[in-house]
Amino acid sequence: MSDLKIWFVIVVLGIGTYLLRWSFLGAIGNRPIPVWAERMLRYTAVAVLPALVAPLVVWPAATEGQPDPARLTAAAATILVGLFTRNTLAAILGGGGTLFAMLYLLG
Amino acid sequence: MSPIPQSAPTAKAPEVSPDVARVLARSPAACFRQGTIQSLPFMLVILPFGLLFGVVATEAGLHITQTMGFSILVLAGASQFTAVQLLVDQAPTIVIILSALAVNLRMAMYSASLVPWIGSASPRARGVVAYLLIDQTYALSIREYEKYPDLTVRQRLAYFFGTCLTCCLPWSIATYLGATIGSAIPESWALDFVIPITFLAMIAPILRTAAHMAAALVAIVAALGFSFMPSGTGMLIAAPLGMATGALFETWMARQKAKGAGHV
Repeated sequence: MSDLKIWFVIVVLGIGTYLLRWSFLGAIGNRPIPVWAERMLRYTAVAVLPALVAPLVVWPAATEGQPDPARLTAAAATILVGLFTRNTLAAILGGGGTLFAMLYLLG
Repeated sequence: MSPIPQSAPTAKAPEVSPDVARVLARSPAACFRQGTIQSLPFMLVILPFGLLFGVVATEAGLHITQTMGFSILVLAGASQFTAVQLLVDQAPTIVIILSALAVNLRMAMYSASLVPWIGSASPRARGVVAYLLIDQTYALSIREYEKYPDLTVRQRLAYFFGTCLTCCLPWSIATYLGATIGSAIPESWALDFVIPITFLAMIAPILRTAAHMAAALVAIVAALGFSFMPSGTGMLIAAPLGMATGALFETWMARQKAKGAGHV
């Protein structure tokens, strides 16, 4: 792992990520977005985040990709608390508490 | 949700409740403070997550300036972890960059979804927003904008920058601490699961309608189905599928509603 390679990755990834974030906001500005696109974008967060997280929940890297009862239960608890309380912090605490309790119980 | 159509169907003058009126009357400085305060809970997540990145990057052999370079220049947790992991795996440079960028592709979608709300701000303001656009600042701001569609662009920007103070700055500080204290954190703390829990906790409260649920469900099933693809790339198919599902479901429900109304 050369220093040059690491810095090259950091700088290019930094610029690329910035351009992704800037893309629509910067280049398109306040021109109107078509209705169908707006309708799609309404579901960005609820589609992207679950897609990112689902494999991490089912096949956690920490257990070398083996499904883990403690982590699965904690994920379910997070979702349930979040759905019922509509409160992100409560969901985090519920999920985190469940994870530690399960890890402790399953030792 | 565009600011205009929501109030369009009712011809009556919009009735504003006292609570909403109070929010709309806020000065930009008050909006900034509100953003800062409402994002405080996320520090509970960002601090350990940033700490973890500092620890992981240092253990991977990165110098502290490189670790900080990641957190300041890239400012995107999941992709930073992806890049460090692939650096350790001695992956080719182009593979590292493309994989990490794939993880960040959602940022372009966030960028697009903010256009109806702050697209008319100055180019400089939009340029700064772009740098600070992360999952948490986006999720908090879009929720506020949808809740109070009549906020002005100045108020919306002030709120956004308020969330950045509590979401973006601690990321660098925590990274620095993590890189400094290194491996003092025991593995039994299961900090690896901080990411999934955070993301799930952000999603669950915003599953407001059947269309949101359908979008999330399809995205999850597709992400699991495409997980054989190289890291991060399955999401590039799963997310658009979920978004299309939500949009189609919404269209279908609107049609059902119109049909029902026609019979009355």
